[in-house]
Amino acid sequence: MPVSTDAIGKRWPAATYEVGAEKIREFADAIGAPNPIHRDHEAAKRAGFRDLVAPPMFCVVYSARAMGPALLDPEVGINLAAMLHGSQEFVWEEPVCDGDVIETAATCKEIYEKDGKGFYVFESVSTNQDGKRTVTGTWTNIVRGI
Amino acid sequence: MTPLSAGEPIPEHRVTPDKYLPHRYAGASGDFNPIHIDPEFARAVGLPGNILHGLWMMAQVARGAAQLANGDPRALRRLSVQFRGMGLPEQELVVSGTVKEAEDGRVVLEMVAAQGDNQVIRNAEAEVQVP
Repeated sequence: MPVSTDAIGKRWPAATYEVGAEKIREFADAIGAPNPIHRDHEAAKRAGFRDLVAPPMFCVVYSARAMGPALLDPEVGINLAAMLHGSQEFVWEEPVCDGDVIETAATCKEIYEKDGKGFYVFESVSTNQDGKRTVTGTWTNIVRGI
Repeated sequence: MTPLSAGEPIPEHRVTPDKYLPHRYAGASGDFNPIHIDPEFARAVGLPGNILHGLWMMAQVARGAAQLANGDPRALRRLSVQFRGMGLPEQELVVSGTVKEAEDGRVVLEMVAAQGDNQVIRNAEAEVQVP
């Protein structure tokens, strides 16, 4: 069955995420980021951040909420049981700190077929409460047995 | 610090996730897909056991790249990875990289993450602003 490309260009409503200090610490512990700027407010401020700062890959925590509806949208038509995360890119801009409110919106960029697999490419754009972009994500999911 | 030049390897980043790391990362990230936390479920769908989250492995590549700037989160500008294999808990993950380009403190790295011969992340490219 060929993939449906109807959802290309579709944009989902933005999801909001409120960043908190304990979530930053929990994430820093889970990935093993040792720098005190992820744990101690004063250490982060001394290093020039507005407040306790998240490791770059914390973007997966606040972006994931926007990606769910895109991956589950019947118009996209992904068979989740046969889906693999193929590749991922993040481009970082403004750092994310304790107290930030991040809005992330997802868009479907590409859907295509190659070697019997379906490729679904989404872009997520995250901005903070001051309108500054924090990260742009490109998520490529592969569905086997199209 | 001596300026980096093309072709030069960067220091390896080595980490061994313990048995319960996928559970802690699931809680930290919100990704509770049972293939990462339930060995029985994972085996039932044909996996060798519960597997590491790809994005946790990507975070290790990010750490490997950011060590060039002493882990400063502002230094890592871009990271792209391809997930090519399944990572397992209780096995050492080795992140290695080579300088592709270096100009005015902007360094582009080609990176790989592997457990033994199993290259779980390949064709990774990181851009780091080094001090």
